[in-house]
Amino acid sequence: MAKAFKTQIVTANDLFEGDVVYFTAGGFWSRNLSDAAVAHSKEDADAILARGEAQQSTIVGAYLADVAIGADGVPQPLHYREHRRTLGPSNRPDLGRQAEAVAPIAKVAA
Amino acid sequence: MYRYDEFDHDFVRARVATFRDQVARRVTGALTEEEFRPLRLQNGLYLQLHAYMLRIAVPYGTLSSRQMRQFALIADTWDKGYGHFTTRQNIQFNWPKLKDVPDILDALADVEMHAIQTSGNCIRNVTSDQFAGAASDEIEDPRPTCELVRQWSTNHPEFAFLPRKFKIAVTGSPNDRAAVKAHDIGLRMVRDDAGAPGYEVIVGGGLGRTPMIGKVVREFLPKDQLLRYLEAILRVYNLHGRRDNKYKARIKILVHETGLEELRAMIEAEFEAMDAPTFAPSAEEIARIEAYFAPPAFETVEGADAALEAAKAADPRFAAWVDTNVVDHREPGYAIATISLKAIGEAPGDATSEQMRVMADLAERYSFDELRVTHEQNIVLPHLRKDQLHEVYQALDAAGLGTANIGLISDMIACPGLDYCALATARSIPVAQDIARHFADPVVARDIGEMKIKISGCINACGHHHVGHIGILGLDKGGIENYQITLGGDATETAAIGERMGPGFPAEEVVPAIERIVETYKAERLNREETFLQTYRRIGAEPFKEALYPSEARHAA
Repeated sequence: MAKAFKTQIVTANDLFEGDVVYFTAGGFWSRNLSDAAVAHSKEDADAILARGEAQQSTIVGAYLADVAIGADGVPQPLHYREHRRTLGPSNRPDLGRQAEAVAPIAKVAA
Repeated sequence: MYRYDEFDHDFVRARVATFRDQVARRVTGALTEEEFRPLRLQNGLYLQLHAYMLRIAVPYGTLSSRQMRQFALIADTWDKGYGHFTTRQNIQFNWPKLKDVPDILDALADVEMHAIQTSGNCIRNVTSDQFAGAASDEIEDPRPTCELVRQWSTNHPEFAFLPRKFKIAVTGSPNDRAAVKAHDIGLRMVRDDAGAPGYEVIVGGGLGRTPMIGKVVREFLPKDQLLRYLEAILRVYNLHGRRDNKYKARIKILVHETGLEELRAMIEAEFEAMDAPTFAPSAEEIARIEAYFAPPAFETVEGADAALEAAKAADPRFAAWVDTNVVDHREPGYAIATISLKAIGEAPGDATSEQMRVMADLAERYSFDELRVTHEQNIVLPHLRKDQLHEVYQALDAAGLGTANIGLISDMIACPGLDYCALATARSIPVAQDIARHFADPVVARDIGEMKIKISGCINACGHHHVGHIGILGLDKGGIENYQITLGGDATETAAIGERMGPGFPAEEVVPAIERIVETYKAERLNREETFLQTYRRIGAEPFKEALYPSEARHAA
């Protein structure tokens, strides 16, 4: 039996900084998880991934990650690996995304 | 220690310039990521979970104070103020920006260092005994051999695209502190019947998803035939090693599938067919390399032992540190000190830039300017006068580097795990922190005695869990971190692969499980002198399995 589709987002690492970014509905990459475009079907997911992957001069290694949509409307990664990527090293709360006062630094699509 | 000659300098600078150009072309889009990735990996630059990671080679773990200070400068200038010392005696920086990496590589070149061959399917940094040139049990200093192998293997045109990565370790002592039986090739210095030094050559060791203890392929290899024999092994591996499946591509699989006897015959045939003089470095070149590793000018220190004893009597914390962290030196009046990078609650192997400077200053002032990185993720000051040990300890202690736990339960190896690593399936560092905190009481730790816990966050086994007395392997079990426990592993001359005890444990049950193992050992040991490993070998796995998985529960399951 095929696995039931879970809502997904597209994530990657920024080419220049190396940090975690998410692909937005507006067609650019953002550091802010709440900006991430959410796919509700496999077709959607593949299409968003293809758009994100096309921006090779901005990012590295785009892929799909399963999410649930929180009460605040923000997608929350389901797997602990993706959750860790939203934060930074658990032994160093002073480092990584968790240490930043996240101001979304949006990149405009090339 | 070895110094670059003009050719070395030019070569490393040229590589930096080439990489600078490659980065520029990646940024402009002239290179795709697919094209760029192998180029950055050839320069030690990985992309991890939260950032890039730069892995820098520390050849056979030997560092000068100048080089250590340069790590501190790199940490402060381009990274986040700390570095991570690894199980391959290297250092990793976890937060470099792509555009800064060429500058970092230039800063490394300034101190005769680089990140070449710290990734990819090539011969990696040669590792060795951290006590080389200082150990009281040494046949010969292994570092001239390491340096010879390093020069031979650096940019070796025939071995740049091997079936898989290739790791060589060398020990000059019968007591193996370099885990040579867990390497693709392990070289153990031995003497022949006439007393001439040579090598026992061990092949096909390795950890990862298929752990194997290396096998002796040549019982005695004369020193002057080393490169020829290594070349023969690598040629046979390069030709016959599997390229169809990366998980079966290491030489250990070739040894296993071909059989040692047949492989030995292939290697010896290749060896015999080679032109001996081509692969024999000249006596002048050997002498040139050996001169860099000549023993430092040790002094005759009157009353050094008495001074040490007096300091120990006056300072019990120092006495405890000497007891665990200091070992005998080959030279009277001197000692070897291991600086623990395992302060309770800290990430194993991490050092701040300030700590790096403290260690560099101490090396410069007290240890003939030398430091060593150990594969157990600590730092060594190899040549300390016994009458100056107390001063050194006080300076270390003031910098948070005075932890007295070498060889004890909190002196763990842990890979970066899922806190940093893109390959990891579970976290390692918090597990190590929890265990260290649980057994933080020095009285408890000393009562347990020698104990090597090694933790990996995935089956690639960078944390050497297979050869831990207690090995912990973090896996993803249905979306939850889960930890398998193995017992009885050993990385030394009596190397063994640990035995898996049973189903894994969720993170919060790891410390209680370790506690049950420790309690079982304490109940079963013949006396305080019998180590955990000795007890395990004597009584076997069953009492520990019973402690971990009580039989009632097992039968009910």
